[in-house]
Amino acid sequence: MDDMALGWWGVPLAVLAGAIRVSTPFLFVSLGECLTETGGRVNLGLEGTLVMGAMSGFGIAYLTGSPWLGVLVAGLVGAMLGAVHASLCALPRVNDIALGIAMLMLGTGLAFFLGKPLIQPEAPPLPALDLGWWSDTEQIRSALRVNALFFVGALLAPVLLWALRNTRWGLILRMVGDSAETARAIGYSPDRVRLYATAAGGFLAGVGGSFLSLSYPGSWNEGLSSGQGITAVALVIFARWNPLKCFWASLLFGGASALGPALQSVGVTQGYHLFNAAPYVLTLAIMVMTSTARGKMAGAPGELSVSR
Amino acid sequence: MTVQRQDGGAIGIEVVAMTKRFGDMVALDAVDLRVRPGAVHALLGENGAGKSTLVKCVMGFYRCDEGGVIVEGHEVSLDNPKAAHALGIGMVYQHFTLVPSMTVLENLVMSRSDVPAVVDWAAERRRVAAFMADMPFSVPLDRPASRLAAGEKQKVEILKQLYLRSRFLILDEPTSVLTPQEADEMLGLLRGMAQAKRLTVLIITHKFREVLAFADDVSVLRQGRLVGGGRVAELGVDAMARMMIGDDKRAAAVINRADLAPGPKALDIRGLRAQGLDDVSFSVHGGEIVGIAGVSGNGQSELVEVLSGQSPATGGEIRVFDQPYGATRREMLRHKVGLLPEEPLRNACVGKMSVAENMAFRSFDDKGWWLDRDRIARAARGLIERYRVKTASPDAPIASLSGGNVQRAVLARELCGDVAILIAANPVFGLDFAAVADIHGQIVEARNRGVATLLVSEDLDELLDLADRILVMSNGRIVHETHRDQADRTTIGRRMAGH
Repeated sequence: MDDMALGWWGVPLAVLAGAIRVSTPFLFVSLGECLTETGGRVNLGLEGTLVMGAMSGFGIAYLTGSPWLGVLVAGLVGAMLGAVHASLCALPRVNDIALGIAMLMLGTGLAFFLGKPLIQPEAPPLPALDLGWWSDTEQIRSALRVNALFFVGALLAPVLLWALRNTRWGLILRMVGDSAETARAIGYSPDRVRLYATAAGGFLAGVGGSFLSLSYPGSWNEGLSSGQGITAVALVIFARWNPLKCFWASLLFGGASALGPALQSVGVTQGYHLFNAAPYVLTLAIMVMTSTARGKMAGAPGELSVSR
Repeated sequence: MTVQRQDGGAIGIEVVAMTKRFGDMVALDAVDLRVRPGAVHALLGENGAGKSTLVKCVMGFYRCDEGGVIVEGHEVSLDNPKAAHALGIGMVYQHFTLVPSMTVLENLVMSRSDVPAVVDWAAERRRVAAFMADMPFSVPLDRPASRLAAGEKQKVEILKQLYLRSRFLILDEPTSVLTPQEADEMLGLLRGMAQAKRLTVLIITHKFREVLAFADDVSVLRQGRLVGGGRVAELGVDAMARMMIGDDKRAAAVINRADLAPGPKALDIRGLRAQGLDDVSFSVHGGEIVGIAGVSGNGQSELVEVLSGQSPATGGEIRVFDQPYGATRREMLRHKVGLLPEEPLRNACVGKMSVAENMAFRSFDDKGWWLDRDRIARAARGLIERYRVKTASPDAPIASLSGGNVQRAVLARELCGDVAILIAANPVFGLDFAAVADIHGQIVEARNRGVATLLVSEDLDELLDLADRILVMSNGRIVHETHRDQADRTTIGRRMAGH
């Protein structure tokens, strides 16, 4: 079939496909960060966790031949990095933001170092679901070939929202994030709750990283992440610490990221790099739009160092 | 734990020879306290007298060094708050312990120690509603705690204790954030429950009015010792006051107000709008203290922030001696505006800099580029002497001073030279009796010199004592104005509540 069969209709289609494909790492990292921040801490190190997850997930999938085992290991590596962040933050006079930046550099540096031998080979990719089976247009079929991890993330978002509102675990996390003093008075240890929350957040970010290297075509290189981890942290603020809104915000950012390639595919070559910058411009614009000159942002957990 | 808790019914508590030391400081010195079941017992004392330490030992936050607690005739070891809760002893703290973003229902359920893994909100709501039906007051279950008024928060705190089936309730200065009417309502309800023998109440306070109106028994602490007590009906205010502050310091409380003709219009605020302020207009004349009353959070802090240049006005006009005023440092110096904001250590000092340097903030640069260290030190020594600031030396960091002395140091800085306008917010918050009398004396003395003073305070008694005129703020507006001779506590209280 002719590549230009859809003409300009290819642009929204490519943006939609991109939204689904590119949003998956955003989704996992932002859900993870949402958990961590609901507990009252910011983990900026998730960018490093993402890259570590991509590397370790790829490595395990390559060695064992099982992409799902790779996903699991990526999550565990992420949880470990999260636990390191949380344990160090529990020490007196440690700032979570500064430590996060250190963890970011540690994560990426470690991944590049350990990942050197993994640059050449190909690992088995994660399965994808064909939602475009009904169409015989190749573009539509490829656009709607959706990676299985996307569905996991899409399912996770409402589950997390429900859990934060209806389970003891979720309510304790919210309590610790909003008023550590109260939680302590009732007998919960904020440091321990935050350790679990940050580790769980790291797990999700690691899984998000494994998507980068294990979705089609399944390869590892050092340019795999282009700041998705950091963008996802901003996205959590945009989503007002609501997991379901994180899902929609991830789709939005994913769509923005796909704008450049989509326009290129229909022959718009001018300003290609400008369109590629769309997600970053969007991040800046959203930050400006949601900023307030004074006072706390609505919905911000009270213990968050950035909102205090 | 030998005492098993039975449901319902007030319990009595006896504190025996309790001693608590912090390093060399003796916070409690062999204090005995007997609270009868079903009584409202007031624990009276100045700040720092040991009231909070005593109840924290009872609650198990601190472990006392000597002595013990007897609950219903059995000696018990209360070494953590959970043990106290298990015995049915609960406490309502001065600062609220509700999670702001959670609803009242969520806050109540989460205060329990046996929250189920998955909460069935429909069932919990039925149970809490049934519990509330039995209570003398109710609160909206679905409103987040951050959107409750202070009085409602206090009610939720009390409801929470009753929901947890506390039978001995300790309240730490519960009325400091309430309007007089809310305070009376709340204390009345507790008294009713005590009379019905459902609850024993131990209330920490320094307000005689509340002791006289609501308490059965009183115990007075001074400097860590029990100095007296008994049935409130048999003691008078004078006897209690003498016990509380001792005879020697009583004289310091007298304030001489000079009769002055009002001076020129010094501060004139017209239609001021800002975050939290809605069309505020008033003026202050020389030789006059204008008091702003109101429950905290009704725009008073915002007003002071605008006047001190900490936040911008969005509309209206501020004029000082008939010239526009934008709260810049230059304008403050030119118009001789002095400012004593609330929490001066945070809002008017640099904690790590020395007392002398902090005292020079208004004047250090008036002689050109180079700092004259000698002059700064000399000026500071004079001010320290004149305003009785207790500090190890002028070079000590100001954060090392006690609250009252920081307050005095800032007041000294702001009042030195010839001030024409003084703006003071809660100037005696958390200070002991001697410091209060001292600072009040300084403010009245400034007024007698012809200074135009704006006094913002959450303590209505302070305003009734000091102010020539009282304005009431509610919801960011001035809703009431009265002269000191016509000031009526009930009317002011009602306006504070927004009625």
